[in-house]
Amino acid sequence: MSNKNAYNILFTGWLIALIASLGSLFFSEIMEFVPCTLCWYQRVFMYPLVFIFFVSIYKIEKNILLYAGPLIIIGWIFSFYHNLVQLKIIPEEASPCVQGIPCSIKYINWLGFITIPALSLFAFTLLIITMIVFYRRVYHEK
Amino acid sequence: MKNREKMIALTAFIMVALFAGAAYYFKNKKAEEQRLILENNRKRLVKDYSPVYGNTNAPVEIVEFLDPECESCKKFYPFVKKILNNFNGKVKLVVRYAPFHKNSIFALKILEAARNQNKYWETMTTLFEMQPQWGDHHNPKPMLIWNYLPDLGLDISQIKIDMESDEIMNRINTDIEDGKFLNVKKTPTFFVNGRPLQEFGYRQLFDLVKKTVEELD
Repeated sequence: MSNKNAYNILFTGWLIALIASLGSLFFSEIMEFVPCTLCWYQRVFMYPLVFIFFVSIYKIEKNILLYAGPLIIIGWIFSFYHNLVQLKIIPEEASPCVQGIPCSIKYINWLGFITIPALSLFAFTLLIITMIVFYRRVYHEK
Repeated sequence: MKNREKMIALTAFIMVALFAGAAYYFKNKKAEEQRLILENNRKRLVKDYSPVYGNTNAPVEIVEFLDPECESCKKFYPFVKKILNNFNGKVKLVVRYAPFHKNSIFALKILEAARNQNKYWETMTTLFEMQPQWGDHHNPKPMLIWNYLPDLGLDISQIKIDMESDEIMNRINTDIEDGKFLNVKKTPTFFVNGRPLQEFGYRQLFDLVKKTVEELD
């Protein structure tokens, strides 16, 4: 098993989670966008990844997939669902946000398609790719 | 191994620094935008119908956007009164409404109706004092407000008529519109002689008032 390879991949995962977490905190704390319910669920599954990846880099944890995997997959599902709501493929009424901030609200819309849930889906997808690469190059390799 | 640790530490440092830098830049930009909005729209800060507490000719004017159902407003209320006393006669309070809760408008309509009976500030104090009962966020009981009014010497049947007047609703709606225009997103929001309170807090509000008083002296 290549230690260097594992380090690089885990470091990438950590960096993605860190940027996503700080970015979401920037939107809510600095730009004062109130997070909707679905945003909160994605945050719940993204924030711990920063710490899990951080520890895994030091330990070169081979079993990272077991710890990070469920968080990434569930976070991705919430994010995917949220994007469907924003793209109006799923109607707002069917989504769990009834009171407060509607999940269909678009705080940002860069270049016509980059919304906050789109960024979230991008981050979770990158993490899935990172984990697939980790599985193939490190975990699978004896 | 040493290099790896350095790399991690450096990355973490850069990320946090980027965050702080962007935050600083963004806040400054926002503050500048807010300053321009206020400078060009001073008329939207105070209306001729707005209730004034303290010396009406006072040179320093605190404009507070408040909500009788808001807990922070309740906590700030005695403090704001204390500031007014502290600078005897030099500072006044102008009340604007930012009803952000479920029963805020109902409470405000009663408050405005009490004004017709010259019991505005007494009613305000009572609404804040009794807020934990009628304005509990998990179990609000706005009808309890009616129980407090007789003790203040208010004519309830008159209140019930007055509170439905168009004039009162128009005032509340104008306050809401002005609040939106002036970027009032939280309660209480303070402006001292047209300057927004940059950092929220008791001390910060006192300091801003003190600074404004001293500038005029």
